[in-house]
Amino acid sequence: MDFYSFLIQLLNAIQYGLLLFLVASGLTLIFGIMGIINLAHGSFYMIGAYMAFSLSSLTGSLFIAVVLGIALSVILGIVLEWALFSHLYKRDHLEQVLLTYGLILVFEELRSLIVGNDVHGVNVPEILNWSLRLTDTLSYPVYRLFMSGVCLLLALLLYLVIGHTRVGMMIRAGASNREMVQSLGLNINLVYRLVFALGVALAAFAGMIAAPVSSVYPGMGTGVLIICFVVVVIGGIGSIWGALVAALLIGIADTFGKVLIPEAAGITVYLLMAVILLWRPEGLFRRA
Amino acid sequence: MSDAILATQGLCRRFGGLMATNNLAIALHRGRLHAVLGPNGAGKTTLINLLSGDLRASSGSIRYKGEDITHYSADRRSRVGIGRSYQKTNIFPAFTAFENCRLAAQSRMPRALHIFANALDDGPVCEAARQALDAAGLGACGDRVASTLSHGEQRQLEIAMVLATAPDVLLLDEPLAGMGAEEAARMVELLKKLTPGHAILLVEHDMDAVFEVANVITVMVNGQVLESGEPARIRASVAVRQAYLGDAAP
Amino acid sequence: MRSGVALVAKGQALTRKKIVLLVVLVVLALFPLAGATFYTELVTKVMILAIFALSLDLLVGYTGLVSFGHAAFFGVGAYTLGLLAPKYDPANLWLTLPAAMLVAGLAALAVGVFVVRAKGIYFIMVTLAFAQMFYFVFHDTKFGGGSDGISMNFKPTASIAGFAPFDLSNATHVYYFVLAAMLAVFAFLRTLLGSAFGRALQGIRSNEHRMRSLGFPVDRYKLASFTIAGTLAGLAGYLSAMQFGFVNPEMLSWHQSGNVLLMLILGGLGSLYGAVAGAFAFAALEELYQSVTTHWQLLLGATIIALVIFLPGGLASVTRRFQRTLIGKTDDE
Repeated sequence: MDFYSFLIQLLNAIQYGLLLFLVASGLTLIFGIMGIINLAHGSFYMIGAYMAFSLSSLTGSLFIAVVLGIALSVILGIVLEWALFSHLYKRDHLEQVLLTYGLILVFEELRSLIVGNDVHGVNVPEILNWSLRLTDTLSYPVYRLFMSGVCLLLALLLYLVIGHTRVGMMIRAGASNREMVQSLGLNINLVYRLVFALGVALAAFAGMIAAPVSSVYPGMGTGVLIICFVVVVIGGIGSIWGALVAALLIGIADTFGKVLIPEAAGITVYLLMAVILLWRPEGLFRRA
Repeated sequence: MSDAILATQGLCRRFGGLMATNNLAIALHRGRLHAVLGPNGAGKTTLINLLSGDLRASSGSIRYKGEDITHYSADRRSRVGIGRSYQKTNIFPAFTAFENCRLAAQSRMPRALHIFANALDDGPVCEAARQALDAAGLGACGDRVASTLSHGEQRQLEIAMVLATAPDVLLLDEPLAGMGAEEAARMVELLKKLTPGHAILLVEHDMDAVFEVANVITVMVNGQVLESGEPARIRASVAVRQAYLGDAAP
Repeated sequence: MRSGVALVAKGQALTRKKIVLLVVLVVLALFPLAGATFYTELVTKVMILAIFALSLDLLVGYTGLVSFGHAAFFGVGAYTLGLLAPKYDPANLWLTLPAAMLVAGLAALAVGVFVVRAKGIYFIMVTLAFAQMFYFVFHDTKFGGGSDGISMNFKPTASIAGFAPFDLSNATHVYYFVLAAMLAVFAFLRTLLGSAFGRALQGIRSNEHRMRSLGFPVDRYKLASFTIAGTLAGLAGYLSAMQFGFVNPEMLSWHQSGNVLLMLILGGLGSLYGAVAGAFAFAALEELYQSVTTHWQLLLGATIIALVIFLPGGLASVTRRFQRTLIGKTDDE
């Protein structure tokens, strides 16, 4: 493989990894802070993509669709937390798994009812619809660079907010001791509701910006969920940093795996997980 | 004095920047009860956790019967004869008291993959469980579900379970915690009965009990050994009084 | 100790329970003689699901390990038959059935080695991930016939040296064979759970930390439980493949894994009767919802959500509450 082909694959790997990170960060935040495992997290990604499709057809602009979509997903997150997830805090993992599994079924069927089961494409916005020339024959789509950039920016924002602001401090405090935070007068319910909404918005946003590249199809939710689980297992639950490292590792393993061994492509990710599990059963960056 | 059955050297445990235990050297001998005293946060529970394997040491070593067991897992340490009871009652709440002890005794079975014979048909294991219950004073409570036992009875069950594993070393973490006067007296009697046949490490806050049963007392403060020796000497020690006993002389 | 009244009440509860069980057994035994082939095959299918549920109950309900990837071993058992079945001859039941269980067991052992040290939430995630890996192998590669799966031209034959005690292309024979299998699995698990090994598993579910502290090599027990559960799931998968005559990757899908977990919660965890009842309840729900709308999964999903929120103990908790009001005391398994 020559340098430019390698570069293209590397850029693809990073873009995929960063997108995965966005989705996985929502998952690991929700679990790390609220102790809830949410199988329906992939559905939010799917919902984001379908929102991008329907809203951009309606408004004619992907950017407007994204803004609207973010607002809608925050509302969705708040409603879901209030109606369903607030019941799960004291429950054991099996019950959480089952409830969120039921939620996946509901989301999938609702989507089927409302939008149908067809595969859809979403157009790349005109501004970003060009390519960077690398050689005479190879070029790289700018939209993908844009995706990576946005994800990186969000990652930085997340890191700053959670690690260095008062809100972030409250969130981290809530993670370690819910009752204590409550007795301090902080409204833990509000904090949890916002964190959940943030998680939903992250996943939905990822789905929205990914839509032009990966197209919009029924199985996309479950597909991304399982890979996200692998990200979280490898990176360590509750660790944003771990999710980033793991997501990039997976992006590289999957992308180069597909290129080098096309037959066994999808398995590389699981093999990576298996190896890391043997070495560190609790993930690379387990939070204490 | 006979050789120590369990001895530590330079035992340290760090939690991030906090040195919870620092350079501990403790030795246990068969037939002697070694009590560990100290204010809250002194590192007593950390010490027991390090000895039982619930925590890994950051540095230092632990030797048991001549072997270095520093890297043994908790279950392996139990199998070689180190038994531990917990300060926060750590039983099987939904099982009967008898079943709690039977499981404990079962851990000593050589071939654990008996999958067809009914567990209750195993004479020796059931007998060991009954004896452990009796020794801890719960002989009449065997059929009661553990979660329905009173707090004091549950503490007794804690001890019974350890006894059912027939250990050589007993690491007891505040066995008297939350007990009334009568129950505490019973536990003290039990401790006296157990001392000749075991090497006991006792972490306790109840001063009267400690001075009644201990052969050796170690006082810990801030993760380090302040002083260690015969009870009379500890009682008289000025340093100990200042650091720990305060104005309440025993 | 116990008052005489309570003892008599418990005795009555046991007798009542025995009568109910006897009635159920008789109904199951006589069922094919009464109904049409369609219903015989339906109940056969449900009994196979019951075996699947029982296998998972050992793992989830008794060892406390929530696996979301159990369908992988169900599928491996099924595909073993699919792959071993010759094209122009029937496979031999007495060779392929043990083979399927063995292969499923080995697969479970292999996966178990990786997942057994994962705690709590990680365990759920890695079992799901490994099951997806299996699904991927069967769905995306040519190894198992890809997304179409494998169709078998013949049902297995039960002949030993030329004589076949029963005929597996006869729905009634299949029914009784599956019924026997289900009862055998039930009896096996019952015995297992009363043994020292089984008690240890339940100890692990109750308080894993203390089990370690008492000297049990907990990971080895978990691995054994995982392997046995996988082996029995393979049996269920084999029977399913045998009944329908084909295998496809959807047998390993996570819908399958989720559904079997749902059966357990319907019937109540940690109860062998509950596992069987849960399988029947699930099948009934599925039939009911499918007859109402093509979007029946919406109803199923909503039911699951409602169940978890309002009825965490499953059906068993309902029956337990019922028993309590009647006789003032619940009886144990």
